[in-house]
Amino acid sequence: MSGLKYDFMSYPSLVSIADYSKEQMLHILELAAGFESNPNQNILQGKVAATLFFEPSTRTRLSFETAINRLGGRVIGFSDAATSSSTKGETLRDTIKMVSNYADIIIMRHFLEGAARYATEVTDIPIINAGDGANQHPTQTMLDLYSIQKTQGRLDNLKVVMVGDLKYGRTVHSLLMALKYFSPVFYFIAPEELLMPNEYKLICRENNIPYYENSNFEPEIIEQADILYMTRIQRERFTDLVEYEKVKNVYILHNHMLDKSKNNLRILHPLPRVNEISQDVDDNPKAYYFEQARNGLYVRQAIISHALGLV
Amino acid sequence: MDKKYVKKEMQVKALENGTVIDHIPANKLFKVVEILQLEQISNEVTIGNNLASKRMGTKGIIKVANRFFESKEINRIALIAPNAKINIIRDYQVTEKRIITLPDHFKGIVKCVNPKCITNNEVMEPRYNVISKSPLVLKCPYCEREIREEELQLL
Repeated sequence: MSGLKYDFMSYPSLVSIADYSKEQMLHILELAAGFESNPNQNILQGKVAATLFFEPSTRTRLSFETAINRLGGRVIGFSDAATSSSTKGETLRDTIKMVSNYADIIIMRHFLEGAARYATEVTDIPIINAGDGANQHPTQTMLDLYSIQKTQGRLDNLKVVMVGDLKYGRTVHSLLMALKYFSPVFYFIAPEELLMPNEYKLICRENNIPYYENSNFEPEIIEQADILYMTRIQRERFTDLVEYEKVKNVYILHNHMLDKSKNNLRILHPLPRVNEISQDVDDNPKAYYFEQARNGLYVRQAIISHALGLV
Repeated sequence: MDKKYVKKEMQVKALENGTVIDHIPANKLFKVVEILQLEQISNEVTIGNNLASKRMGTKGIIKVANRFFESKEINRIALIAPNAKINIIRDYQVTEKRIITLPDHFKGIVKCVNPKCITNNEVMEPRYNVISKSPLVLKCPYCEREIREEELQLL
């Protein structure tokens, strides 16, 4: 394996959203819809899934483990590197090889970038990347896509407003990479220090995708949106804390800002949120972030069953 | 004694059979030795460095007797000595001149610039996809970080 593209059937692992073509993404979304209407099935009966969380992430781990349990599979693993042998100095290679003796599939989160790709090279069982540092978290992207399709009835020709940390936010980068197949229009709303990186704007231009950049988060932009994707602005991302103080309260969504928004608008957020969505938005029917998280269950059921060749 | 002969004698002792790698940047010579793993072969190896060069100021040269490198092996030095000249010598004559080309994928040689990349934290050989040759852009297939020429750090 030398390139980044892999044949879907002979490469069942999911490490990066770029591993999926448009058709493959649509196939997973279709499978996920099937699991949503029937989430309790026995198709993983007799299978063992390992959830290896070298870095804790309770939300993601519970979502994966629920997905496996509801499909009749069994789970082994650890939720923190402190309880694994990596604290004794075991290499990732050895941990993956050892666990491959026991499990049919590995779901892993690691603090190092590229850990999941490397894992696919040391084992023959499928690897699902549940986050590798700041790099990729493809099941999050697939659940974002599923949420968009479910709430809008389509993926094509949507106006998508992305707000907050667009420089370091891996969720917005991956979502952009997934939506590039569906003729979107993007609005990037971010402070100067956290603008969408050039490589992603280049991808928009190469795919004839219009995009607009603005550092003001205004109701006029929200009025045009079908999807409003909010992200958290993290203090540690700023070299100049004066800048942080200036912008920290600028990119906050309040309920009154949604007064003139379209009926089909839905607000997404990868969670956890801090203060970027005011609590008065939660009761607005356009707030979708909690349902969005639930959709992760069906999407992960689809991805795991698909990786094991069971659907 | 003929002046021309003297110059030749000093700079490049004639090789009967083998490979001459000429026009290596003087500050990269020992890196080339390392990449080609010349310390591990038993053939006669002649190394000259800081030799006068009209074009480069100073240069390095390596001569390996009775060894004819494959292009694939030689191309590993493309990142650090892209303008080096490869001459294959048979019976004191240059029988083949080769140019170095950067392959589309390669292993080792370069360190990924991302300190949080798995390749910098696990005992493993990094590898790269060449996204663009000019300007040089590499991509680490593990952390997916792009590496530009000015950021290159050799292993």
